[in-house]
Amino acid sequence: MIEVQHVTKQYGRVTAVDDVSFRVERGEILGFLGPNGAGKTTTMRIITGYMPATEGKALVAGYDVFTQPIEAKRRTGYLPETPPLYPDMTVREYLDFVARIKCVPPADRKNRVATVMQRTRIADMADRHCSKLSKGYRQRVGLAQALIHNPEVLILDEPTAGLDPKQIIETRQLIRELAGDHTIVISTHILPEVAQTCQRVVIINKGRVVAVDTPENLTARLTGAETLYVQLDAGGAEAGPALAAIPGVSRVLASDGGFEVESDRGTDVRRELARTIVNRGWGLLELRPMRMSLEEIFLQVTTDESAESAHQPDGATPAAEEASRG
Amino acid sequence: MDSVRNTLAIAGKELRSYFASPMGYILIGLFALLFGAFFRVYLTGFAERSQQMAMGGGAVNVNEWLIRGVLHNVAIIILFIMPMVTMRTYAEEKRSGTMELLLTSPITDLQIIVGKFLGAMGLFAAMLLVTAIDIAILFRIGNPELKPVLAGYLGLFLLGGSFLSVGLLISSLTKNQIVAGVMTFAVFLLLWIINWFADSVGPLGRTIVSFLSITEHLDDFTKGIIDTKHIIYYLSFITFGLFLTAKSVDSERWKG
Repeated sequence: MIEVQHVTKQYGRVTAVDDVSFRVERGEILGFLGPNGAGKTTTMRIITGYMPATEGKALVAGYDVFTQPIEAKRRTGYLPETPPLYPDMTVREYLDFVARIKCVPPADRKNRVATVMQRTRIADMADRHCSKLSKGYRQRVGLAQALIHNPEVLILDEPTAGLDPKQIIETRQLIRELAGDHTIVISTHILPEVAQTCQRVVIINKGRVVAVDTPENLTARLTGAETLYVQLDAGGAEAGPALAAIPGVSRVLASDGGFEVESDRGTDVRRELARTIVNRGWGLLELRPMRMSLEEIFLQVTTDESAESAHQPDGATPAAEEASRG
Repeated sequence: MDSVRNTLAIAGKELRSYFASPMGYILIGLFALLFGAFFRVYLTGFAERSQQMAMGGGAVNVNEWLIRGVLHNVAIIILFIMPMVTMRTYAEEKRSGTMELLLTSPITDLQIIVGKFLGAMGLFAAMLLVTAIDIAILFRIGNPELKPVLAGYLGLFLLGGSFLSVGLLISSLTKNQIVAGVMTFAVFLLLWIINWFADSVGPLGRTIVSFLSITEHLDDFTKGIIDTKHIIYYLSFITFGLFLTAKSVDSERWKG
């Protein structure tokens, strides 16, 4: 449905987007994830036809955004980072105007305006001026605007930015509802959002795509080993080496007043671990599996390798790490 | 069909935005006030003159002595007021981010530009229409010729259009509407005073400079002469202004 092929965008000498390629299938929700300034907005602006790419091309529903802009734009709804509202129009007037410039047939216009207002739950604000709306309503009017011509593709740039938690949940709910009929790309720098709404994630950093996968796969793929968190009430300095000596344990890190015990993939060391602890007469306060959160994955893929090698896990002193290597 | 509809949608939005804020009313009011003031000054002058002439048994032409003078001065008022009409057209869209809506909609840059131009022309037409009250009074108490009056208004309309196209271009160059307003005013002033230098640049230069001067071409209209030469001048001026605006919007796109 959306195809981005080797897109590069340069502003003067600065390369904002560097050889980015990805596809979005019909009906899919794609999360576009990256730190601020990674090139998310630029990529979205290229897909929506707001600006041309320096190199490469973007296709929407098979139409090249650059050479057939009108056809492509007819099929695209776009919510920019700041909702593009006219302060002196009422919500209804605004949506009517957008319907006109999005080429909604005159006969359907009234109907479409009513439908999207209902869908985005802004009907109660229909006759209020856009300048008098709260942030949450502005965002929803922005979304209504993107939906007005019932586009096949929806591009939403940080749709939940600046909303309160309740509004965020509502907005995500709405986006999920829209998924079947529309192909959606949402950009965000908030990771849980991706896990909750998207079927696939493109992680972009410094203008380059660093990972493309489902949220689940990303989590699994990047967790090389199984990690357990263990907390004891005794043992002190002996505990670390003792745990590391258990067969199957690859390393032990002191963390948070307990230990992170990493084991080889596929081996379950919990039974052994518990037995060792109990045999030594220590009290086992906590034993739970740790999964790498999306945050950590994100940091891992967006941090340079040089920076990564210098990075120390929280709470682990080099000495403890050294000592624990079995 | 679609392109006409899109253009009119933009024009309608522009026109409505003038009247959604006090701006449209202030501009019309100000224009009517200044027009009325000049009208009154010329009317008094005309009345005195015709009294003098009447003693000698002659008469004064109301078109030549009253309407022509007023229209010439109105050209100057337009020069002062037009920057206020155009300064926000593009600058404001860029500042508030609504430019993103327009440029990602299935409409062409040309439709947007022409739409904005027509919207501003609509406001200008409303401004001129209000001044027709003064002229109507004149028709009631005297008997001026209609044709030169209409020709004069046509001239003003074209002159205003030329100013608007330049104003639109300048507004498309900046995000800041104050900068747009001041720049537009400076350029208008330059276009106006350029023929003051006509005498100092030799015979050929004189021809060129007075041809370029935007107000010079109004003269024949106020005399009641509709010369295609001047119409073509104004129309090409407008086309060129809108063409440059299109280029400016397009280059903005590439720059991001």
